[in-house]
Amino acid sequence: MLAEASRSSSRRFWALLAVGVLVVVAGLAAAHLMEERGHIVTGMNNRIVWALPHVFALFMVIAASGVLNVANIHSVFGQGAYKSCAPLSGLLCIALVAGGVAVETLDLGRPERVLATMTHHNFTSVFAWNVFLYPGLIVIVAAYLATIMDRRHGARSGAVGVASFVWRIALTTGTGSVFAFLVARQAYGTAVLVPLLLAMSFAWGLALFLVAQSAFCRWNGVALPAEVRRRMRNLLALFVLVVLFLVLIYHLTNGYFAKQIAFERFILRDGGVYPQLFWWGYVGAGSLVPLFLLWGPRGAAARDGLAAPLLVIVGAFALLYVFIVGGQAFPLELFPGYRTASSFGDGVIQAYVPSLPELALGLSGVGIAFLIALVGVRLFDFLPHDEAAAPQGAGAD
Amino acid sequence: MSEVDHGRRKFLWESAALAGIALAPGITLYDLAHGRRPEAAASGKVRWGLLVDMNRCQPACDACVRACDTENGLSGGKTVTDSQWIRKIDLTDPRGSVRSLPMMCQHCADPPCVDVCPTGASFKRADGIVLVDRHICIGCRYCMMACPYGARSFVFEPVANQKPEVPRGKGCVESCTLCVHRIDRDRIPACVEACAATGHAALLFGDLNDPQSEISKRIAAVATTQVRADLRLDTAVRYQGL
Repeated sequence: MLAEASRSSSRRFWALLAVGVLVVVAGLAAAHLMEERGHIVTGMNNRIVWALPHVFALFMVIAASGVLNVANIHSVFGQGAYKSCAPLSGLLCIALVAGGVAVETLDLGRPERVLATMTHHNFTSVFAWNVFLYPGLIVIVAAYLATIMDRRHGARSGAVGVASFVWRIALTTGTGSVFAFLVARQAYGTAVLVPLLLAMSFAWGLALFLVAQSAFCRWNGVALPAEVRRRMRNLLALFVLVVLFLVLIYHLTNGYFAKQIAFERFILRDGGVYPQLFWWGYVGAGSLVPLFLLWGPRGAAARDGLAAPLLVIVGAFALLYVFIVGGQAFPLELFPGYRTASSFGDGVIQAYVPSLPELALGLSGVGIAFLIALVGVRLFDFLPHDEAAAPQGAGAD
Repeated sequence: MSEVDHGRRKFLWESAALAGIALAPGITLYDLAHGRRPEAAASGKVRWGLLVDMNRCQPACDACVRACDTENGLSGGKTVTDSQWIRKIDLTDPRGSVRSLPMMCQHCADPPCVDVCPTGASFKRADGIVLVDRHICIGCRYCMMACPYGARSFVFEPVANQKPEVPRGKGCVESCTLCVHRIDRDRIPACVEACAATGHAALLFGDLNDPQSEISKRIAAVATTQVRADLRLDTAVRYQGL
C-alpha cells in the first residue's frame, strides 16, 4: 500500500517536473528568438518599453518578498503557529526571486551583458541597488533556511530571520522606488507607490503561499492545522483590504490634481482594456470577491478553498498590467494646453498587444519558480508537519 | 663696444608686447574652439546647446529629421519601433492654430536618464552632451521610462549600414548625440546645417557658457522656453516663440 502510494507520488513528481521543464524551455526559446531578431517580435515599442514580461517579473519579485512574511511572522514576531510553515515560505521566496530575475534578465536588450551590472555601478539608480538586493535576499533566506532546518544553528535563526525581514522590506522599497522615482509620467512618480508595493507584497505573497502550500501538501499527503489556516485567511483578507485602500488613496490623490485628471479618466473610465481590467479584474474579481469569500457569510468550505487566494493572484496580474502598460500607454504631456501629433506617438494613446514570445517568457519565470519549489520540496524537508504545527503563540494575527 | 641703442631696444620690446596683446585673445579663442586634441577629454568650460526659433520652423519641412537620419545611419522609418532621434511635433493650440517644432534629446544638465541608468551607460560629457555608452548599455530601457521628452529610442531590430563614427546596436538604447562626432571636429550638428541650407535657419547651435556666443546673446535678448521647465532639468535645447 505504502509502496504504491510512493510510486504514485513519484510519477506525479516526474510528470510535474516535465511540465515545468517544458514551460521553461518554451520561455528560453522565446528569449532566443528575441535575442536573434530583436524585440520587434514583442508587442513593445518606443512608447511602451516595459510590458507583459515585466508584469510577470514584477509580480514574482513582489510576491517573493511577501511570501517570506509567513516565516517572518514566526521568526520576527514570535508567532509559533507559523513555525512549521517557515521552511516552505523561505523556499518559495528563493524560487520567486529566481523566476522574477530570470524574466527581467532575459527581457533585456542585451542579456549577455548582465554582468555589466556587477562591474559598472551607478548608485543613483535604484536598479543598481536592486542588483544587490535580489541576490542578497536569496543568500540571506538560504542562510535563514539553514538555521531553521539544521538544529545545530537553531540559535541563530532569530537574528537571521530579522535580517531577512529587514532585507525584504528594503527590496520591496527598492522595487517601488523604481517607479516612484520616475518624474515625468502621470502614472508614477509618487511616494505612495512604496507602501503600496509593500502592501501588495504582503497580500500577493500570502495568496501565493496558500496556493502553493495547499498544492504541495496535497501532493505529499500532509495537512496544515485548521487554526493556522484560519489565521492565514484572516491575514490575507486584511492585506487585500490594505492594498485596496492604498490604491484608492493613489487614485483619489491623482483625481484631486487637475493636471492628473486626464490620466485618471483614461485609466479608470475611457482607456478601453485598462479600466476593464482595473474594475472587473482587480477591484471585483481580485479584491471584493476574495473579501466576500474570506469574511462573508459563507460556509467553511468557501473560506478554506483556493478560490480566494487564486482570485487575489488574478487581480494582482490585472492591476500590474494596468499599472505598467496602462501607465505608459497614456502619452507624455510635453506641452500642456496644446494638442500634439508626431511620427513617434506624441499625443496619442499607444496600442499594445502582447505577443506569444512575451507570454512564453513571462510564464517561464513562473516555470523556474515552480521547478525550484518542486525539486526543493522533493529533496528537502520543506513541508509543514502536523506535530510541529501545533499552535504555540496565543496572540492575535 | 658700440653704444647701446636704447631707442631700438625700446622699439623691439614694445613691438613684442603689442604682438602679445594682439595674439593672446586670438590664441585663447583658438584654444577654446580648436584646442582639444582628439585624445583629450571634453571641456567643462563649454556647454553646447541649441536654440529653436519656432517662428522660422516650417510645419511642412523635415530637413533636420532627414539630415539626422542620413548623418547617423538611421533607417529613416517613421513608426514607433523605429529609431527617431529627432521628430517634428505639430502643436495645435485651443484656437486651432498649428505650429511645428523639432524635438530631440534636450541634453539636460540634470538628466533623469543618467540618474536611473544602472550601469552608467547613460552619461553626460563635461561639455553637457548626454550620450549612451553602447558597450555597457544592457537594454533595460529604464532611461526611456525616465526621459520626460520621449527622446530615446530602443533598437528593436538588427542594424545595417552603420556609420563608423556612429556605432549602433540591436538591443541598446540611443538618442540624439548633438552630432558629437562632428562637434569634436569643429563642425555643427547635421540638423543645424540642413536647416540653414533650406534658408529657414530655425536652429542655432553654440556654447551656452560663452556670453559672447550668438546663442547666448539671443537667449539673453529674446524670451526662450525650456520644455517641461517645471521639472527644473536645465535643458540645453531652448525654444523661441513657444
